[in-house]
Amino acid sequence: MKHTIQALVENRFGVLARISGLFSARGFNIISLAVGETEDPSVSRMTLLVDAKDERILDQIKKQLNKLIDVITVVDLTGKDFFDRELMLFKVNFTKENKKDIDKLAKEFGAKILETKDSYAVIEICSDQHTALNFLKEIKPFGIKELVRTGRIAIIK
Amino acid sequence: MTGAEIFVQSLIKENVEVMFGYPGGVVLPIFDKLYDAKIRFILTRHEQAAAHAADGYARVTGKTGVCLATSGPGATNLITGIATAYMDSIPMVAFTGQVKTTLIGNDAFQEADVTGITRPITKHNYLVKDVKHLACIIKEAFHIASTGRPGPVLIDLPVDVQNAEHDFVYPETCRIRSYNPTYFGHPGQIKKAVKLIAKSKRPIIYAGGGIIISGANNELKELSEKINAPVTTTLMGLGGFDQRNNLSLGMLGMHGTAYANYAIMESDLIIAVGARFDDRVTGRIDAFAPHAKIIHIDIDPSSISKNVKVDVPIVGDAKNILSELNKLVNPCESKDWLKQVFDWKEKHPLSYKNDDKIRPQFVLEKIYELTKGDAIITTEVGQNQMWAAQWYKYSLPRTFISSGGLGTMGYGFPAAIGAQIGRPDKLVFDIAGDGSIQMNIQELATAVNNRLPVKIAILNNGYLGMVRQWQQLFYHRRYSQTKLINPDFVKLAESYGAVGIRVSKKEEVAAAIKKAISIDNTVLIDFIVEPEENVFPMVPAGEAINRMMGGMA
Repeated sequence: MKHTIQALVENRFGVLARISGLFSARGFNIISLAVGETEDPSVSRMTLLVDAKDERILDQIKKQLNKLIDVITVVDLTGKDFFDRELMLFKVNFTKENKKDIDKLAKEFGAKILETKDSYAVIEICSDQHTALNFLKEIKPFGIKELVRTGRIAIIK
Repeated sequence: MTGAEIFVQSLIKENVEVMFGYPGGVVLPIFDKLYDAKIRFILTRHEQAAAHAADGYARVTGKTGVCLATSGPGATNLITGIATAYMDSIPMVAFTGQVKTTLIGNDAFQEADVTGITRPITKHNYLVKDVKHLACIIKEAFHIASTGRPGPVLIDLPVDVQNAEHDFVYPETCRIRSYNPTYFGHPGQIKKAVKLIAKSKRPIIYAGGGIIISGANNELKELSEKINAPVTTTLMGLGGFDQRNNLSLGMLGMHGTAYANYAIMESDLIIAVGARFDDRVTGRIDAFAPHAKIIHIDIDPSSISKNVKVDVPIVGDAKNILSELNKLVNPCESKDWLKQVFDWKEKHPLSYKNDDKIRPQFVLEKIYELTKGDAIITTEVGQNQMWAAQWYKYSLPRTFISSGGLGTMGYGFPAAIGAQIGRPDKLVFDIAGDGSIQMNIQELATAVNNRLPVKIAILNNGYLGMVRQWQQLFYHRRYSQTKLINPDFVKLAESYGAVGIRVSKKEEVAAAIKKAISIDNTVLIDFIVEPEENVFPMVPAGEAINRMMGGMA
């Protein structure tokens, strides 16, 4: 099961290596990870989307993260009310024939067409992950040439 | 003050009396300052031994062990020692030199990414990039290494930082916002534990190294006697409960006693204290102690419910929690249970064939007898370690020194050196195998140069015995690369200026041990033991721990 976990960490070099090293050493599965400075420049916030096959593993992920000296707090957002966002940029095949359909889909999902070239369009979607993934599913049949994702970030309401 | 002087002054502030290490290019500024410093420096012959000696020193004294090596190969040679300390929760601060900050990342001579390499085997580590942070980092390192669940901390010191100047102000206190170990058990959890104990008819206490680290041996004894529960310990817990006590079941697990394994499997309540349900203890995990509720006391929350699901977790220091429990618990109705346990104890004692051959178990029994159980025993890893665990009766904490988690061959002798320095008043015996001893045999020079009367007892069977035992039992006696052709250990000892004694007859065993004890020098006794003796009982890997083979009288 997927869980969104947030960790407040010291904003120091090497912290990301400690966390990614922990996940690989212990065989935990990480789907996405987004890091950035917070309102306090000495602290960074990491939002991790992890896949834990059972409670025991989830529990271990949280405990092992907490055990790292540079980790200040760990919160599992599962069951909490939060906003989540993911930004995706992608290039999709773009022709006269599919222009109308792509425009319509973009409008429906609140995506932005940033630029159109002869053979492709660059599209941006920034939404909750569920919506973004649905949009991706709809747009896929047109032919995606390149996809860039930030991974999930979230904030508790 | 230069960084090198700050280093020395900081160690003095931390009351470091001794450090172990080896010099090299980028630590020259530090060694120059150590030349006049009032800190004893033990020069080993290999950096691995420096780390093990610091670890052995830490285990016998409870203080933080300190070691120092140069960059690159010096640092990588420390790795096995740091990993050993990490697995067994030993407080240690390891210092390594590093190339100039401006050269880091350039593949400079003797450069290695030491903070990168040691990240998974340290509790924490630092690369000091600016001399102004040095004192504070050293303070933090000692704090982190010795508090909570202890462990090794590494500080990587670039040579230009050692030469840079800064005022020396050693911080009085140390607060790390993200590091606040829990020492006192949650009262609600303690109450739940008391309730479980009250209901139990077949309780057992399973105690690990945490008892020794927190100094909870008296509280453990009180609890076991108060609730009438037998006590079994892990390898790391040996010495945490007096084995002469009737309630002691000795060690459990793969080479544990039959009665300890039967008892834990049949128990209805396991009180685990400072132990982590390692695979060598539990055997097949889904068959482990099927009727038991589990109370787990540990200072490290991540140890709880890691391998087995726990009913009542209590996070905190073992000594604090046991003394709280002792105020609240009442005796269990465990009369029938104890009768059963004592019956197992009587019917299935540890045993070996007592004939005219030198059996390693006999050697251990003699060492126990002639040291009156008062020695510090260090071990290498393998059969020697298991026999040392089984046949010497430990009654005091910090007297059994062994690499449990990592299982490091070559640990015992340098650890004995550290132990002897930490406890000059004690007799220190390293129980070795002919394989393991050769992994750090060069330390005979360190022992002799420092006039350390460490005794080495090699149980020389001409094999890598434990691997040979597995080959015998599980690989049709195909002794692939386990037969050893050894040097003459007696001559080897003599060439280093130590005393060597060879024992090839059973009747000479006692006399040789007595002689070794009487000599105020490093003594190596080469016991030529029965080559194919096995360690029994033995639970094959992956089996339930009551399915033991061999040695069942």
